[in-house]
Amino acid sequence: MKFVDEFRDGGLARKLASAIRAEADPARDYAFMEFCGGHTHAISRYGVTDLLPPNVRMIHGPGCPVCVLPIGRIDMAIRLALEYDVTVLSYGDCLRVPASEGLSMLKAKARGADIRMVYSAADALALAQRLPSRQVVFFAIGFETTTPPTALVIRQARALGLENFSVLCNHVLTPSAITSILESPEVRAFGTVALDGFIGPAHVSTVIGSRPYAFFAEEYRKPVVIAGFEPLDVMQAVRMLVRQVNQGRAEVENEFTRAVTEEGNLKAQALVSEVFELRRSFEWRGLGEVPYSALKIRKTFSEFDAEHRFGLACIPVPDNKACECGAILRGVKQPTDCRIFGTVCTPENPMGSCMVSSEGACAAHYNFGRFRDVPVVAA
Amino acid sequence: MCLAIPARVVALTGGDNAKVDLGGVRREISLALVEDVAVGDYVIVHVGYALSRLDADEAARTLALFAEAGLDVAGAVGGDPP
Ligand code: SF4
Repeated sequence: MKFVDEFRDGGLARKLASAIRAEADPARDYAFMEFCGGHTHAISRYGVTDLLPPNVRMIHGPGCPVCVLPIGRIDMAIRLALEYDVTVLSYGDCLRVPASEGLSMLKAKARGADIRMVYSAADALALAQRLPSRQVVFFAIGFETTTPPTALVIRQARALGLENFSVLCNHVLTPSAITSILESPEVRAFGTVALDGFIGPAHVSTVIGSRPYAFFAEEYRKPVVIAGFEPLDVMQAVRMLVRQVNQGRAEVENEFTRAVTEEGNLKAQALVSEVFELRRSFEWRGLGEVPYSALKIRKTFSEFDAEHRFGLACIPVPDNKACECGAILRGVKQPTDCRIFGTVCTPENPMGSCMVSSEGACAAHYNFGRFRDVPVVAA
Repeated sequence: MCLAIPARVVALTGGDNAKVDLGGVRREISLALVEDVAVGDYVIVHVGYALSRLDADEAARTLALFAEAGLDVAGAVGGDPP
């Protein structure tokens, strides 16, 4: 397939691997965070870690929209469906995220809640039109990639004069999450988490462009390389990061030039700023309250804001005590550091959100990396 | 939910919609967030919406950079990427 196969070529992968090995200074260690769940998935699925020299380590970042959703926000959706008799629509991955009292959206559904899965925001709007007698709420999650479609349907709902459609907005912002990681005590207090640079997201960057990352490069002296989602993209990005570190540079470089420009998708950006504004603060699983890290619906569109329409407030709920998702999302721990990884907590029965989506660090390690740590013994 | 593969636009179907081919699977997506997309173009699709167009020339340039990695190792003059 064009734009896919040539970016998965095994021969080239080995060449890139030896290039990285040749350029990495054996006298030092390199730790790079891939911010985005799509990269986490690619790294695990294609065994990129095995191709890297031992002194180049990848840290999984918090860039999986499902994994960073706090319990309190899912509780809101469940409350809407069970107590307000509202039809709640959500992207499929959210349905299994553990919520309070042993519930998830899926389990609430079994208790009679009308919660359904949709593939796109457009499907949500269409369903609201088909169910005029019900209040329909779209549980919108995601980074800068899913925000423009949500903005679009809110505008369409107004144009159609729909009175039974609203959005529970959980859209979050990539740059603020990166700032929060860089500001976290583990990264700042020298030595706990070494972080030498970032692989910048692919799809998010198609929307916001490469410019927003310049701040990290300048302010925190961390190189950023925006990379595509194929394994060779990731390896090339690692190579570019190693080079920057070796040369003492901290710049924003773009490996994904086939889809990402400096200014990004201006049409999508204009739409988003018409419909959304910054939230003063938003809770992230693992990162806690992060200032100005999420969006809310502007007052001019408040009739489509489910929080406004139903007078809902988010009640913060602590995560499962055994779950290490928080530390994993900050890059401080690895999935295998969790006591219940692979035993009590599995993709079939997730305890924490990192195990829910295939882009979560725990699920990716469970599905693809679990046996790598087991030594091979000849029979 | 962020996983996606490049989709080839096979037909414009009216409104802002288009039919795309995702490695043999056909589906209807929205082009409302992009501009000037024509039949035959490749786009990145995310939750049913095209987010950007893929630039074939830039793709070729990136692949050329990968190939250059092999040369560096083979002992040819390595250099900074352009
Ligand atoms: S294995 Fe499960 S409980 Fe442990 S950190 Fe991962 S998601 Fe949380």
